Amino acid sequence: MSEHEVTVTVDGSAERATVEARRLLVHALREEWGYTQPNVGCESGKCGACTVEMDGDVVKSCCVLAVQADGSEVTTVGGVDGAPEGLAEVDAGDPRATPAGDNDEFGPVQRSFHEEHGLQCGYCTPGMVLRARDLLADIPDPSREEIREGLKGNVCRCTGYENVVDAVEAAAAKLEPIETDGGTAGQADTVDGGAPTGGDD
Amino acid sequence: MIPPQFDYERPTSLDAALDAVAPPDAVPLAGGHDLIPMLKARSVSPGTVVDLGGLDELRGVERVADEGDTTTEQLSVGALTTDADLLDAAPTGADALLDATRAVGDAQIRNRGTVGGNLAAAHPASDIPAATLAADATLHLVGPDGDREVSAEGFATGDHETVRASDELLTRISVPLAPDAGSAYARKTHPSTGYAAVGVAARLRVVDGVVIGPRVAAVGLCDAPTRLAAVEDRLAGADAGAPVEAVESATTRAGDGVDAPVREDHIVSADQRRALLPKYAEQAVSEALARAVGREGVVA
Ligand SMILES: Cc1cc2nc3c(=O)[nH]c(=O)nc-3n(C[C@H](O)[C@H](O)[C@H](O)COP(=O)(O)OP(=O)(O)OC[C@H]3O[C@@H](n4cnc5c(N)ncnc54)[C@H](O)[C@@H]3O)c2cc1C
Ligand code: FES
Ligand code: FES
Repeated sequence: MSEHEVTVTVDGSAERATVEARRLLVHALREEWGYTQPNVGCESGKCGACTVEMDGDVVKSCCVLAVQADGSEVTTVGGVDGAPEGLAEVDAGDPRATPAGDNDEFGPVQRSFHEEHGLQCGYCTPGMVLRARDLLADIPDPSREEIREGLKGNVCRCTGYENVVDAVEAAAAKLEPIETDGGTAGQADTVDGGAPTGGDD
Repeated sequence: MIPPQFDYERPTSLDAALDAVAPPDAVPLAGGHDLIPMLKARSVSPGTVVDLGGLDELRGVERVADEGDTTTEQLSVGALTTDADLLDAAPTGADALLDATRAVGDAQIRNRGTVGGNLAAAHPASDIPAATLAADATLHLVGPDGDREVSAEGFATGDHETVRASDELLTRISVPLAPDAGSAYARKTHPSTGYAAVGVAARLRVVDGVVIGPRVAAVGLCDAPTRLAAVEDRLAGADAGAPVEAVESATTRAGDGVDAPVREDHIVSADQRRALLPKYAEQAVSEALARAVGREGVVA
């Protein structure tokens, strides 16, 4: 068994710990450093409750060793405010836009989840919000189908997804691209099934 | 779910990595999305986990001209290239590979999972092996005695079993890119695992209105990726001008000649997998054909 000194920048703060090689990133975040927004749901890579951004990419922190994250920058949902990358908030025109002063620690995606009631227990929300931001950075104006497909790796036990999709649509309406860069990954229309449909299977 | 204890090393050169994986109880770690869940389930318990993440030389996607034949090229995909990076690179002419990569897991998984890891893991229901088998790709391995090449066909031998020796590393995958080839991948997602219940990749060329050299491969069906010889035989020489008939007659009995046992679990039976096969074979072949027809005449 080996132990390793790791340094990870979490939400802008340099965090250090000595961890066993087998320590999972999600456990280091929650237990060593007190970042409890990433939740532990399935522990097998399926539910997305543990989603964080690592060096700019959304990942499931239950499937990353803490030692693999040494030297990287991790962002939890607690560390995001403002608009997703490449997007800016449109301030006028949306009748439901919350005045920024109400909830100024929240960015437009979080506010949309709040306004559209895109959560019930909130367990999935940290992961949903991070993946929704990432999806909007890729596809700024997604269809409902693209939202469902895009949130495939984030399971919600409560909402039936309808309000989650509403929330992402509402967030998209609040945002506009700062500059156009073209490249979206597109959709796999030859692949059947797998996206959340709101059933309780 | 906590993994068992193990030692961890992160070599920064291929030579050091080969030394590190030499002991029989050492295992390589790429994206970790097969290995870490298996560690958590304690179905493996290595002495040392050798993180390949520091080997930048094994990352990246490039087109390489074929020696001798300048009309064809190979796509060379570094084993540690993540699924997301392959999709971002979006190389033309490798549609089935891109379709299959897009089908893997979800966005978070594709950000970590690697193309080489997907092949080396040899999960029976993984998507990428179908595309590499249909494309007749070559896998490049390096070990203590030097390099060797293995065809995609000869690589996976069973459920999580390959011909890779434990002290060998997969360095890259080369995928032939004929300019007039069309390819596609279609799958039925397993309702519980999210992997393929059945996935089919097809690749073919259309020359003078006739289908040439079709290769069709299924995953999820048997423990190792399987070529669908019945589909290939009926498709070869078919009239690309009558695609609906050609595809239908080639794929209705897609499972004929599959001798290996068909997989089953408590959700998708072997009979269901056999029954699903024609539909997904039809989708993959008709899309590959449409793409090939779209590219016909691209060649001088
Ligand atoms: C919830 C979930 C859903 C998934 N769904 C799908 C799916 O739908 N379709 C699909 O195809 N896959 C799916 N996967 C699997 C996944 O996307 C990758 O195929 C898997 O992660 C393997 O790639 P990796 O880079 O993560 O490899 P790792 O897990 O790091 O390694 C896998 C195996 O290959 C070996 N290995 C890795 N790289 C090398 C190398 N360069 N040389 C030699 N040996 C090597 C390792 O020792 C290990 O035995 C899913 C995974 C999860 C967790
Ligand atoms: S806890 Fe990580 S994906 Fe469910
Ligand atoms: S709100 Fe409860 S899991 Fe999604």
